[in-house]
Amino acid sequence: MVEFTLPRNSKVVKGKTHKAPDGTKNIKKFKVYRYDPDQEKNPQLDTYEVDLDTCGPMVLDALIKIKNEIDPTLTFRRSCREGVCGSCAMNVDGTNTLACIKDIDQIKGDASIYPLPHMPVIKDLVPDLSIPYAQYKSIKPWIQTDTPAPGSERPQSPEERAKLDGLWECVLCFCCQTSCPSYWWNGDRYLGPAILLQAYRWLVDSRDENTGGRLDALEDPFKLYRCHTIMNCTNSCPKSLNPALAIAETKKLMVERM
Amino acid sequence: MNPGNRPLSPHLQVYKPQITSVLSILHRLTGIGLAAGAVVLVYWLNAAAYGPDAFEYAQDLLATWFGKLLLLGWTWALFYHLCNGIRHMYWDAGRGLELQQVYMTGWLVVIASLGFTLISWIAGYGLLGGI
Repeated sequence: MVEFTLPRNSKVVKGKTHKAPDGTKNIKKFKVYRYDPDQEKNPQLDTYEVDLDTCGPMVLDALIKIKNEIDPTLTFRRSCREGVCGSCAMNVDGTNTLACIKDIDQIKGDASIYPLPHMPVIKDLVPDLSIPYAQYKSIKPWIQTDTPAPGSERPQSPEERAKLDGLWECVLCFCCQTSCPSYWWNGDRYLGPAILLQAYRWLVDSRDENTGGRLDALEDPFKLYRCHTIMNCTNSCPKSLNPALAIAETKKLMVERM
Repeated sequence: MNPGNRPLSPHLQVYKPQITSVLSILHRLTGIGLAAGAVVLVYWLNAAAYGPDAFEYAQDLLATWFGKLLLLGWTWALFYHLCNGIRHMYWDAGRGLELQQVYMTGWLVVIASLGFTLISWIAGYGLLGGI
């Protein structure tokens, strides 16, 4: 359902300001969404003044600096710090991206940082991703075959392998998934761009033998067809992949088999 | 901790408007506007069929500044919805979905719809004398 406002318990209130020490020259303000499940309070927006002269170049560097030096209670996911694990996906300066590969320099004015949009929040910048993970499981993201396994590997021509480029690189960070207004309003039934890109990855895999069954599973007014080509997904993907194209190709496969 | 009562993270409130999403919602809004406009069109045709007095009344109604404003809006909505509809069909064929192309065709639709609106009104006033 379309909801323009946040539920009462989710409205963001004004929070604390953590001032930089006197004499700090190169200050940038980071306005960060905070929510503590142990307190019966609404989420709040805390402001941290960070000294950029002693901070790394990326948004994740600033968050780690805040956690290390200003406020150890700040909670966020991070791991690889180089854009390959997908853990630090969040809404930075109004769009979804990976904090580790987002330059602080690219942000004009104060930097606002929120969790991935329209998700239940566990704590601070950590959203509950159970639903997209369950949706991922629902598309059976593994190879399905009827023919008995050959003694060696299942061969694939270079052309067949090339069809997986632009799909296998997805790290399931869910930047695209949570940038999609259609997923915001119908996330319980629409699979969303990240999952549909993965579904397409198995549809075009020459080694998979259940293409028909996979298409049957997607033939549904909501699972696939809630995509209205808004294109926020492709616009936000930090790996420059194109979920909207994968969805359009899936819709074409649906038509072609009729 | 109460996992069943987790807050929902902000969405529309914080997500920066994108050319992609703005043009998409405009397609919806112009579609809704045109549906309302169709009712007015039916009224206008009905008035013409009913007789000269009814038609003159309808014409006067549409010739008020508010009527003209609505007609201008509907003209643009028609052209925007038409141009963007063609863009959607192009997408349905699996074409033009690279981000650069999406931006380019998006701005093309905006410029074309404004241009067609301008041409229509110039033609309407210049050639036919307006309403």
